[in-house]
Amino acid sequence: MTNLIEIKGVRHAYKTANGPLPVLDGLELSVPEGGFVAVVGPSGCGKSTLTKLVAGLLKPDEGEVWLHGEKVKSPRSTVGMAFQNPVMLEWRSILKNVMLPLEIVPTKLGRKEQEERARYLLALVGLEGFEDKRPSELSGGMRQRASLCRALVHSPEVLILDEPFGALDAFTREDLWQIMHQVKEKEPFTGVLITHDLRESIYLADQVVVLSGRPARTQFTLDTGISGARDIEHLYTPQAAEMLATLRHQIEIAQGRAPAEAPA
Amino acid sequence: MTFRQIAVPTLAIVIFLALWEALVWVMGWPNYKMASPSDLLPAYERYWSLFLTMGWQTLWRTVVGLLIAVVFGTALGMVMGFSRTMRDALYPLLVGFNAVPKATVVPIVALMFVGMHDFNTVLIAFMISFFPIAVSVSIGLSTLEPEYRDILRSLGASQSTIFWKIALPKTLPEFFGALKVAVTLAFIGTNLMEIVSPHGRGLGALFDSGKTNSDYPLMFAVLIALAFLGIVLYYVVVALEKIFAGWAERPQG
Repeated sequence: MTNLIEIKGVRHAYKTANGPLPVLDGLELSVPEGGFVAVVGPSGCGKSTLTKLVAGLLKPDEGEVWLHGEKVKSPRSTVGMAFQNPVMLEWRSILKNVMLPLEIVPTKLGRKEQEERARYLLALVGLEGFEDKRPSELSGGMRQRASLCRALVHSPEVLILDEPFGALDAFTREDLWQIMHQVKEKEPFTGVLITHDLRESIYLADQVVVLSGRPARTQFTLDTGISGARDIEHLYTPQAAEMLATLRHQIEIAQGRAPAEAPA
Repeated sequence: MTFRQIAVPTLAIVIFLALWEALVWVMGWPNYKMASPSDLLPAYERYWSLFLTMGWQTLWRTVVGLLIAVVFGTALGMVMGFSRTMRDALYPLLVGFNAVPKATVVPIVALMFVGMHDFNTVLIAFMISFFPIAVSVSIGLSTLEPEYRDILRSLGASQSTIFWKIALPKTLPEFFGALKVAVTLAFIGTNLMEIVSPHGRGLGALFDSGKTNSDYPLMFAVLIALAFLGIVLYYVVVALEKIFAGWAERPQG
């Protein structure tokens, strides 16, 4: 089986006034088609840089990023992105916000079908009846749901989520986790989720990748053993507790607070 | 527009005029020290045709100067908003230019373009008013959150698409804020030219002739006419803002 996303030996450094600041060094990541990978790691370790590389917004200094058997050299319309900041355009209605990518990406859909698609997605995330509202009239969680619709409206192969639920309260966040699973069943995509929330990572993803401290490399990979939708109760099982403990420990190693195990 | 929105400011103006009248009356000032509102009506009655023609001259030259300031200021703001190098290069120049009192520029301009009164007046109105527009557009563009750019850039959108779809509309509230300042400044610029370098046109010239003829009520009448035009122009900008950037206003509740 070929992987939809393939990141091989990526190195990247930002130019700063004090010389180059390496953020990624020896990053390896592969996500099968339809897979969902969560990336966790210490603050400032280069997780957002990783999303920019996959989206083609940045070129790696070394190494390669492959999407669907093609080397990524520039941005491509087969990617959808959602950030912690829902970046709603305040001068547009929710519906028009969701339709924004269709104005950029070449699409076969006619004007009416575009609108139908946007309405369908909004209904899917429970925003039916809010199509004509302004973003400021919605709550933070609702804006984030609309932002998810916008990321999916052009049916991207890859959905990149950069801490999309980070600014939400705990209950809203759990709501959105469940909505994520529902959406993925109806609108299949290959997902990369950047998060700081370990519970979120094991609830949403098939695979959790722990990055080391800066410059980040792939330090540890955990298979959650499940793919697709799961019940929120799943978070309260002994297996989940064990996975969380493992991840917690790996993060401590990444932060340099716990010694790395000697190689066996 | 509700009744309240018209009644409250009107009442405020009436109270202001009443206080003014009372002040002059209580102090017993002659009208060469300070004219009272009741002195103004005869002045308007006597010179109404002059007020109309000269008011119009002041108005159109202000508006033309302002329009040029909008075009030039926006273009300059875009250059400085998109390029860090240009921003670093142009800011000191721009601040220096803005710091030069325009009253000192008036005689220079009047000498440079001798006899071209309309051009000179428009030029000063423009020079005095483009600065806030350029600064606000450049700040609006340079402080655009990177996510806004990325959301379109990741789809392969060009720089100009990002500008038209996101950067420009997002900057509109700041732009209109600056335009409200610029509209008053342009007005000052026009009158500066009309008064400092009199050429018989505009309300400034009417003010000047009131001065030479010791017609003090006329001078005050010109001031009030200028204030009136200023209010009109300002509210035109407010109306445009409502149309183009009304979304930035939060619903009250």
